[in-house]
Amino acid sequence: MSLDTQLPDDGVHVASAISDEVVIELASVNKWFGEFHVLKDINLSVNKGERIVICGPSGSGKSTMIRCINRLEEHQAGDIIVNGTEMGTNIKNIDAIRRNVGMVFQQFNLFPHLTVLENCTLAPIWVKNMPKAEAEKIAMQYLERVKIPEQAAKYPGQLSGGQQQRVAIARSLCMSPTIMLFDEPTSALDPEMISEVLDVMVGLAESGMTMLVVTHEMGFAKRVADRVIFMDQGEIVEQNTPDEFFTNPKSDRTKLFLSQILAH
Amino acid sequence: MSAVDKAVPRRDARSISEIVNDERFRSIFYQIIVAVAVIWTAQYLITNTAENLQARGMSTGFEFLSSTAGFSIAWSIIDYEAGDTYFHVYLVGIANTLIVSFFAIIATTLLGFVVGVMRLSSNFVVAQIASAYVEVMRNVPLLLHILFWFTLSSALPSPKQSLGWLDSFFLNNRGLYVPAPVPGDGFDIVIIMVLIGIAVAYGVTVWATKRQMATGQRFPAFWTGVGLVVGLPLLAFFALGAPLTFDYPALKGFNFQGGADVPRAFCALLFALVLYHTVFMAEAVRAGILSVSHGQTEASYSLGLKPSWTLRLVVIPQAMRAVVPPMISNWMNVVKNSSLAIAIGYPDLVAVFMQTSLNQSGHAIEIVAMVMLFYMTVSLTISAALNYYNKLVQIKER
Repeated sequence: MSLDTQLPDDGVHVASAISDEVVIELASVNKWFGEFHVLKDINLSVNKGERIVICGPSGSGKSTMIRCINRLEEHQAGDIIVNGTEMGTNIKNIDAIRRNVGMVFQQFNLFPHLTVLENCTLAPIWVKNMPKAEAEKIAMQYLERVKIPEQAAKYPGQLSGGQQQRVAIARSLCMSPTIMLFDEPTSALDPEMISEVLDVMVGLAESGMTMLVVTHEMGFAKRVADRVIFMDQGEIVEQNTPDEFFTNPKSDRTKLFLSQILAH
Repeated sequence: MSAVDKAVPRRDARSISEIVNDERFRSIFYQIIVAVAVIWTAQYLITNTAENLQARGMSTGFEFLSSTAGFSIAWSIIDYEAGDTYFHVYLVGIANTLIVSFFAIIATTLLGFVVGVMRLSSNFVVAQIASAYVEVMRNVPLLLHILFWFTLSSALPSPKQSLGWLDSFFLNNRGLYVPAPVPGDGFDIVIIMVLIGIAVAYGVTVWATKRQMATGQRFPAFWTGVGLVVGLPLLAFFALGAPLTFDYPALKGFNFQGGADVPRAFCALLFALVLYHTVFMAEAVRAGILSVSHGQTEASYSLGLKPSWTLRLVVIPQAMRAVVPPMISNWMNVVKNSSLAIAIGYPDLVAVFMQTSLNQSGHAIEIVAMVMLFYMTVSLTISAALNYYNKLVQIKER
């Protein structure tokens, strides 16, 4: 089977590092946009160190689901518990969860009025009360990890899309999150820049980070995911190991979806 | 003719049509035409005016500025007597224009921010109130606003039935009467304390920022600053035995005596300018905040920054780029539109200088030029200051 991917399809899978500890728990989560029932009774439990790839057709609720985890979207029914803290209307809880959960967006959302380095140090300085020098030192370490330390003094507008997305990943990591959410991180990138971002994400997976990744990069799913979740019309239709998921999909909807994205 | 021959450029012999159709030639040609037209028109106007003035025996020059104006001015914030010179009248007009513009700009800016943010509120009632305000106020000409408030203020009670507050503030159909502060011995020390408070507060802010950058610890610099600026003078004030008394306005005969009076025309003009121009400020603020994409707020939230910090560190710095240019024109418009004061008899620069002084002295060209000079100076100063600020907050793209 030829998978549309930017990563070599060599059958290598990053070693799993899953612990028993449950870090994200979604129980009967429901959400509506007006009349539209966007999340229908979602139940999901994520262990520490687990790497989950979420796919599905557009409008299936996959982005909305991970955006509920750090309350960029508000769920209307059900429980979301992150690192033992319940996500609700309590501002202190929301702040605590957001400090521990990093997020990478499709459109990068870097702060254009700040340099790359300032983008990375803003939150540590203001949220963690970190001295500027220390924040900068940590930021430089992460910028090195995403392989663009030489761009630290530039502004986001001066970088390519792939570079911007790598800065966005470094910016999130500077808050030392225990969980990382990726919302279609490569969908806004030119093809030749996708692999540089995926490489960084594979590196992150190797370090044992808990990751929830909404993506259509099936090569990435094969290489990194411990579990692939397929969503359609607001429901989790199927979840399985990548091997099973790709070679032996159970539901017709999954089969149809896979045939569509793997056709070309 | 072969294809090779055609490809050889012939630089030495350009045909007329080649020259006429050359874009560089056209650009230079049109610029020359415009320049000639401008110079000719200016020359015509100047010589024509000079000839006409000479034919009517009218003198030109600025000597009249040192002669006595001889008329009285209803209200001024700097001292003026009927025996003062025309130049003094000029200064009185400038002061009266500036004082009303100053208060109007401050109130407009603050109210504009409030209304602009209100219009974006997710609270339906708040947003609708702000929208209604904007739609009503901006669709009525400013002159109408001014006349409306001036006419309305004439319906205020007579001095004997004044609307009073705390027996010290009185509003009636002649104007607003407020207590006038009379500084006693040692009050200058209180003023000095205010200045020291401001200086120390500034120092504390700088120090707090430095310390936060160095150690990460935050210091309540804002409230400390407020405490210093307010507290120091208050302490001095009471330590010196409260060296400030007030001259209260009191009804004597047909009107109030004592205190300070603000004429009805000033109040109506200020009210109208603020109500009208707040709309444009509010729209500028709204546009500025909307120009910052929601993704910025989401990214900031996802990093754990609280909404108040997000607004201060992420949204406002970016919104200001879009707010400042319209804010510049709004401030300049406030100053320029204050000249509509002439409609209700508020003695601003246009009223006392371009109207009364001009009619009396006949030096139309000089007076109009001086008034124009004033408005241009103010506008260019505002524009220069805000443009400088705008340059500081511009975003680097490449």
